[in-house]
Parts: sequence; C-alpha cells; structure tokens
Amino acid sequence: MRYSVEHQTEYLYEGTVTLSQQIAHLTPRNSNTQFCEKNSLLISPAVDERLQHIDYFGNFTDFFAIYNPHKRLTVTSSFLVFLKERPNFSQLQMSPAWENVKYSLNFEHGRHQDAVNYLFASPKVTCSEQLANFARISFWQGRSLLEAAFDLTQRIFKEFEFDAEATDISTPLAEVLKNKRGVCQDFAHLMIASLRSIGLACRYVSGYILTIPANGAPRLVGADASHAWVSVYCPINGWVDFDPTNNCLVQQDHITVAWGRDFSDVSPMHGMVLGGGKQKLKVSVTVTPLN
Amino acid sequence: MQLIFNQLPFFDDHYNEMVDVAGNTRPHWSAMMDVLSHDEPMKMRQRVETVRRQVRDNGVTYNVYADTHGLQRPWDLDVLPFILPHEEWATIAAAVAQRATLLNKILIDIYGSQSILNSGLLPAALVHGHAGFLRPSHGVQHQDGIALHNYAVDIARAPNGQWWVVSDRTQAPTGAGYALENRTIISSVFPDLFRDLNIQRLSGFFASMRDSLSYWGRVCAKKQHQSIPEIASLSEGEQPLIVILTPGPYNETYHEQSYLAGYLGFPLVQGSDLTVRNNVVWLKTISGLKPVHVILRRLDDDFCDPLAFNPDSLLGVAGLNAVAKAGHVLIANALGANLLQSGALLGFLPNLSQHFLGESLRMPSVATWWCGEPNALETVIKNLQNLVIKPAFPQIQEFPIFVEDLNNEEKNALIAKLRAHPNNYIAQEQVKLSQAPVWNKDKQTFLGTAAIGLRVYACATPNGYAIMPGGLARVAGAKDERVINMQRGGMSKDTWITASHMTHSVSLLRRTTSSKDLVRGNTYLSSRMVENLYWFGRYLMRNTHQARLLRTAIRFLLEFTNEQRAIEWPTVNSLCVIYGFLPSQTQLKEIKKIKADDKETSVESNVDLSDEEIEALLINAVFFNKNQSFASGIEQIFQLAFNLRERLSTDNWRIINQMSQRLKQVSTHPNLSETLTQLDEANGSLVTLTGFTLDGMTRDQGWRFMSIGRRIERLQFLCTLLQQALLMPVESNLEWLLSLTDSIVTYRARYSAQPEWLPVLDLILMDENNPNSMIFQLKGLVKYLAEISNYDHGERYESGLAERLASLMALNPDAALYHGSSQLLTWLSETYQVSIKTSDALSLRFFSVTRVPHFFK
Repeated sequence: MRYSVEHQTEYLYEGTVTLSQQIAHLTPRNSNTQFCEKNSLLISPAVDERLQHIDYFGNFTDFFAIYNPHKRLTVTSSFLVFLKERPNFSQLQMSPAWENVKYSLNFEHGRHQDAVNYLFASPKVTCSEQLANFARISFWQGRSLLEAAFDLTQRIFKEFEFDAEATDISTPLAEVLKNKRGVCQDFAHLMIASLRSIGLACRYVSGYILTIPANGAPRLVGADASHAWVSVYCPINGWVDFDPTNNCLVQQDHITVAWGRDFSDVSPMHGMVLGGGKQKLKVSVTVTPLN
Repeated sequence: MQLIFNQLPFFDDHYNEMVDVAGNTRPHWSAMMDVLSHDEPMKMRQRVETVRRQVRDNGVTYNVYADTHGLQRPWDLDVLPFILPHEEWATIAAAVAQRATLLNKILIDIYGSQSILNSGLLPAALVHGHAGFLRPSHGVQHQDGIALHNYAVDIARAPNGQWWVVSDRTQAPTGAGYALENRTIISSVFPDLFRDLNIQRLSGFFASMRDSLSYWGRVCAKKQHQSIPEIASLSEGEQPLIVILTPGPYNETYHEQSYLAGYLGFPLVQGSDLTVRNNVVWLKTISGLKPVHVILRRLDDDFCDPLAFNPDSLLGVAGLNAVAKAGHVLIANALGANLLQSGALLGFLPNLSQHFLGESLRMPSVATWWCGEPNALETVIKNLQNLVIKPAFPQIQEFPIFVEDLNNEEKNALIAKLRAHPNNYIAQEQVKLSQAPVWNKDKQTFLGTAAIGLRVYACATPNGYAIMPGGLARVAGAKDERVINMQRGGMSKDTWITASHMTHSVSLLRRTTSSKDLVRGNTYLSSRMVENLYWFGRYLMRNTHQARLLRTAIRFLLEFTNEQRAIEWPTVNSLCVIYGFLPSQTQLKEIKKIKADDKETSVESNVDLSDEEIEALLINAVFFNKNQSFASGIEQIFQLAFNLRERLSTDNWRIINQMSQRLKQVSTHPNLSETLTQLDEANGSLVTLTGFTLDGMTRDQGWRFMSIGRRIERLQFLCTLLQQALLMPVESNLEWLLSLTDSIVTYRARYSAQPEWLPVLDLILMDENNPNSMIFQLKGLVKYLAEISNYDHGERYESGLAERLASLMALNPDAALYHGSSQLLTWLSETYQVSIKTSDALSLRFFSVTRVPHFFK
C-alpha cells in the first residue's frame, strides 16, 4: 500500500512570540514494514536555525528555531510512504508462554538489548499492582504471549469507550482505568503500563491511520488525526503491533512516524516560546491511499 | 584544662578515632590533645565563640526546606577538626581516585556503546529503570573521555578500622564550598596547631579544578570558532567564560554556590541568564550576549533543558543538551551523571572494576544487595534484621528503613513490598560508624564523641583525578546516631590531613594572567545582576525619601494644630497623595458618594479629613497598605538584596535583615509615636546601608548602575517635591523642605536665619557641594552614564541629562529662583520627563531585551 500524508500544525498566539525553539517528530522513520519515498517539512515563518538528527530510539527529530517576532507558526509535514504486508495472526509463529518471555527479559542480562529499553516505567507510564491485575485477566498462567496480548487489546476495545472529552494529556492512568474512557493515546498508555507491570516489554508507536468515511461519503481533507498504538516484543516474532483503539493486529492501515517508551518520547511537536501569551492550536491530518 | 577521658562514652564495637583500644591517644591526635589539656578553659570558650561569630558573620547558612523558622539556618560547625594522618590519607585518596576513574568509565560506556549492558555485566534495570538515564544525552562526545568532572563519595570507618564507601555523589556534589569555609574558620582558631601539624591546604585542589575547566573551556572556544567563524577565538592568555549555574536563592546550598562563585571567580548565573542561539550557550550581559564555554552546574540533570528533558522546568536553558552534543559547551558534570547515583550499582562495582581497570576496588562499598536479583532478594529476606532498606533509585523518594526498628507486622509488610517491587530497593548492612571527638558547647563534660562520616571530593583533570586533601566531615545529630544528614540536624567539621614535609600542592596546568584578564571581570555582569543593582539603588533612595516624607507629615500632625499648619499642610498632603500615602480629593469624594449611597448628590465642596482620620491613614501607609506601604518597600529591598547576595557584604546583609525584621514586629495597633520611632530607625538603617554600599563596593559597572539608580530616584523626587513646593503660599515656612531634602544642617551652618526662598532653592538646586542637590545628581548621572556609553559603544545615554545640566547651570539665580517661578517649573517638569526616558533607555538596552549578535540576522 502507498499513502500520501499531510499533517499541518498551526499555532496562533495572542501576543508576539520573540523566540521559538521547537522539536518535531513528524518525519516518518523507515522499518522493515515501511519505506518513506519522499518527505518535506515546511515551516512558516522562515526558520533561523534547523537541524535534523536521529534520536536514541532511532526516530527522525527535527529541531528548529525562529528569532523573528511572529504571531503564527505553521508546520506542514507531507510525505509519501510505502507499507509492506505484515503477517496476520495466523501467519505469526507460535509465541512462547509469557512468563518465559518475562523471565528472559528480566534476568537473562545482556539478551534482548533493544527490548529492555521498553521494559520499565517511563514519564507517562506508571506501573502498579492494579494495572498488573488488569493485565493478568488476559495473561493467565502459561498462555502464549501474543495470544494474551491480542486478548488484552480486545478487552480494552470492548471495555473502554472512546471519548475525546474525557481525558487530556495529563490524565493519570488510574483515572482512565476507573472511568473506562479516553482516546487512542490513553488506550495505548494503558496497555503499555499493564504489560510493563507484569514485566513485559512494549513500546508506544505514534503515527496515522486511514479512516474510512461512512457509507461512501467523500474523503474529507484534514479529517484524520494523529494516532497511537502499541508494539509488543516477542523473542520469536520481534515487535508485533496491536491497536487497542481499533481492536486489531496492525496490518496495512497504520503509518508509523516514530516510537518510544511513551508519548513524551515522540510527541509530534513540543517546544518553548518567549512571549506569545495564550495560544490556539489547530491540527489537521489528511491520509490519502494512492493505490 | 583538665579533660576527663573516663567520662567519655565509649562504644566497644565502634572504632574510636582518637583513642586506641588500650586507651592511648592515637599519635595524630596527640598535638590537639596537648593544646586542649594545657589551654585555659577561657581560651576554648573564646574559640567556640569565634567559630559561632564567624559562621554568623560570614552568613554561612544552609536552607532547610522543612524548617518553619524561615528560610535559612546557620551552618553548624564543631570547633574541633577531624584529623587524619597523611599515610592513611594516601590510601583513601588513591581509592577515591580509582573509584572516580571507574565511575567515569561506566558513565561513558552507558551513554555510548553500552558494552556493559550488552555483555550482561550490568542488569538493564539499573540503566533503563533509572529515571536519571537521559536518553537525549546518549552519544555525547566527551573531551578527554571525561563526563564525571566532579565527584564526591561518602565514606565511613568500620570497627576494624577499615574505610568503606557508603554512597557516591555524581550529579552535582555539594559541600566542597562548605569544606572550604570550615577550613577558613577552624584554621583561624587553632593557628599554631594548624601550622605545626603542617596541615595540607585546600587551595591547590580548587586551582586544579579551575585550571582543568579552563583547559577544556579553551577547546570549546576553539570548536565554537570553527563552527561559527564570527565568534572570535580566545586570544593567548584570555580565559574562557566559566559560569556556575544555580537553581536560585531558595536552593538548600545557595550560600555555598555563591561562596564558590566568589572564590573561583566564576559568575553565578540562573537559567534565565543564559540563552541558546545557533548551537552556542550565551550569557546575557550588559554588553550583549557572551559565548559561554563551561557550565559548572548545581542544577539537577533533568531540569537543565526544558526542550530535551523535563518540559516543566523553569530553571533550565532550552537547547542546552544540543549544544553539549555539538561540543560547544562543557557541562560539568555531564548531563545524565545522576544515573550513577544509585545504591543498586554498588554490588556490581567489583566486577566492573576488574572489567575496566583490571584491578580490585581499593576501598570496598558497604555490603549492599540489590533486590532486583532473585538470589539477593532471598538473602535479604533471610537476614533482614540487621539491614537497612533504601530505595535503589533517586526517583523513589523514601527514607531508609532500619529493620531493627520494626515490629513483626511492619516487617511482614516490608517483605511484601520487597517482593512486589524488588527492583526498587537495596539492602545495606548497617554501618557501625566510628566515633570522633566533638566539643559539647552546652554540657559540663566538654569533650564528647559522635558518629562521624566523611565526604571526600575529587575533580577531573586532563591527567587524572585530583583529590581534595580534606573534606567535609559530618557528625550525626542527637536525634538518630545512625543517620548523618545536614537536613536532619547534623553538624559539620573541618578535616585536617597532616602533611609529610614533601607535599606541595602544585597545579598541573600552567595558568598565565595577562593584562586582558584584568579588565574582563566587568563584561560578565549579567543583565539580571545589573538590573537588580539598579533597582536596589532606586529602592534604597525611594524608601529613604518616603521615610522622610512620612516623618514630616506625622511631625506636622503631632507638633502643630490645624491652624498652625494651614499654610504648608496642603503641599505636604498633596505630596502624600502623589506617593499613594493619602487619598486624593477625587478618591475622597468617591468614598463620600458611596457612603451617602446617593449617586445623584454631587459632592462639590472639598472633603476635609479630621486629624484622627489622617493619623490612621498615615499609620496604614507605613505598615499595612497592601503593596504600597513603606514596609512593603523595605520588603522589596530585602528581596533584591537576597538576589544580590554574592555582591553584598555581611554587614550590608545584617542591616537589611534587621530592618525587615523590625518592621515585621510592629504591634497590631501602633500609635503615632511608635510609627515615628520605626521610621527613624528604618531611615537610620537606610542611611547606613547607603554609606556601606557607596564605600564598600567595587567601582565597577554594577556599582555605576546602582549609583545611577540612586541618583535618578533622587532627581525625580526633587522634581516632584519642588514642583509642589514652588506653588505654596509665598509666606510658607521652608524648614520642612530643607529637612525633606536633608539639607537643613548645611543651611543653618551657612545662613543661621529663617529659611528664605532664594537661598533655599539655591541650596537644593544649584549647590554643587550639597550631595542632596539637583546639580549634584545631574553631574553624577552625566558622568556615570557617559562611562557606560563609552564602554557600550552605542547610544549616548547621558546626552539628555547633560542638556538638562547645561540649562540648569545657565539659569540666572536672581531671575529664576523664586517662589512660583514658571521658568523653574517648566525646567523641573522637562527634567523629570528626560529622567524617565533615560531610565527606559537603560532598561531596554541592558536589562530585559538581549541583543542578538549582528551575524545572526
């Protein structure tokens, strides 16, 4: 599958910003299931400094700074990406019992060097006994890791309600678990925290998903949104992506931009501004399938 | 003095630092014991008093967060030093240097190739589970392979005499400055002994630190120049810019930071004093942005850069991490060094030492088990009784648990906690701390003992680690003999290392001072410092004027009847209105209207206040009016002074402190005479303070800004005052005018007659010898502003006021200096406007806005 993606972020400031320093995770990374053919990042007003580097997790990170006074900042990321086919559930190899994976990750020092980066609590992911118990409903003794992980994915989809008003970026996971409401980011964090609470490794994936308009209505420009899901580490199959918001094993509808321990490692854009007062944020995303 | 040894509490199972098992004084203590046993009791009391006084006078403090008695607590320093012989010290120093070398290699490895993780020498949890592992700092190339520039280690002596490491301090080790101050104080109370024992000096250590940072700073300067050719490279002998980054005056060790800044000669800066542009860190100074080469930080890792790490940090510098990555600034210690501050690491060090150095550890760590290893956890649970349970990582903020203090129920709860979160805890053998002699100030038996621990300091040099020959010895507080912690009521000691006669402290790197160094000091005045100095000068004056005005108003009320003061009072009243001390007629009419509750009634006639009402209003104006009282102005001086601590002497500081305290202790319903006393005292303090700051401060740019602040404030006061006074009835008594301008003594000496308009105006306006005169202010302002302009090569800040000075001098006294003179009134109002413009121009250029070097545009 090929997609064209446009992601526009616009900040409108009440006052004048005299200095802006921003870090963006908007340029998609390549992986064994994804290849980015072409990409651009347009920034207005003109930047005085710009630097791209690859962060600790292997993501593209774009730093830029603007010294000229401005009241509006627009960042437009556009790219063409080719997605390879991913194995479906029946094509995945039988995964080991989850306790064996847990033991190996935690006590066989020196193995799984990549996975152990994603094994512990992180700024937005707090582990707890409560979350471990939530996970254990799916992770019963001897169950295969991926089967249990998919079960957890389905449980979150069924038990939780998508509600854009219920949470914001600072809502603690305990509250999400209690109210059973939230958005993709909350569900991803919840699943990650549950898995890490029982000693498994998983990462937060940030990207986009193709949305299908209802009943053949035309595709609306900008109606899509950033998306987030979870990648679970299996020593046999490698990283396997699950989307608890859409109740699925990730196939060819998910476009990856970056991954990290949680949202704080890969937020699409964050930074510091001097002045500016109140700000208004407008984000629009358009994902177009090309063939 | 007779020392009664057999009254000392002895612990058989603890090592005694001073006395051996047979009860004999250890050789390195004998000289001290001689002094103590031969000196008169009086002598020792004097020493104790000297220590107490010097701690107070030097303002040595330690901020205790939980202290309800205010921000600061005096540093508690024992008069007796802790003495160690040089042979023993040599083995300690070698062990500390080895440990620093090892920890540095571990740090470099984890933030680089991670070979010790890949080979399984170190469990992943110790790195990836440590909140202090800063991923954005991974991959930084460190000069000479050094990331751990400053290191401190807490060591303690076991009953068998062997030293053990209790914990490592790798992020921003504190206390080296306190050790230095302890030395200054204690060496002065035992000068002969200090000389006779040939105690090793500390200065060489700090010189090594400065020279090494300087050496690396030059490399950063070179790299900056290579990347951005517009940034000039350092000339021969020119020193790189090294700053100390502080979290601010409310940090627990702020005093130490400002002391070290002064001692090392590095500017003490806050995050807001720095900015990152074009991958370089710049210091905002009064002469624009200056490239910074080295940052010695006292700010925690994750607070240093809100862009790379904790976005909520207001204390850091956005973009700092990226600059460090580019090699354009050296941050000491490297960002991410907090990672090594974990007791979980201790158990792995012996293997890592073999791996990296091919040596065993010269000094063992206290037996420590990390519960994250299943075998260790079981061992811990089996042997729980004698252990101390501590958090494994700094992000887990819990106090150590002494298992021996727990009952069965609590013990079971602890075991459950360990099993649920084994990674989060370590268990340590309880250390039986050695006992050192301390001087009990309050008890009958003067010589006591207390559990002691020693913090030893190392700093990196291009040729290996240098160890401070001494350290910060700390003895346990009375509350818990097992815990040594200044936050929890401990006491500190100077540490003396006797020297063999061969020892010289020689700096490893040559440092040459050229004439260029001599003038550079000024250029590093940060904008924040200069702005604070300017406003400090203004507020000193403003409060002086306000005290005088309020005093004048109160005297009028006390000394004259309504009729007697009828001619002058309206003018005094209107001045009080201008300064917000009394309500204006408009405000009074508003109040009356509201009281009458009838919006239709227009209040035409003036509202007259009774004496009682005025009195009450004036008392409020002195103490209670929110944000506008005289007391709140004094509080502003206090705040400004607090931010200027490293510039102010102890004497200054004490006066400010007393002044602020006195005003806070006012009774609930002060009467006029109490108010007058308070104003007199405050005025006295302000005058003393002004004198001190004038005399005692170096005449640098900072002093000039403070003087400009003072003079602008006085100039504006004179303008306001005279504009009102000139409109008084011609027959007014002018004595109050002279006392408000502090010119009454001069006037009486010269004229010995009732004040008249011409000589009074001449004295206040034109007399160059009167330091309170208009012309005196203008001349000083023109001079200082010209000096600043010369130095800035920009705008001529003095031009406006120079023109006012010329026109004042051109006034013909006979034609202009009279009551109601319209020429004079115009001159006053124009001068006031010019002074405001000048102040604005200064603040625009030097205080708030930072000029971006031209090549950025």
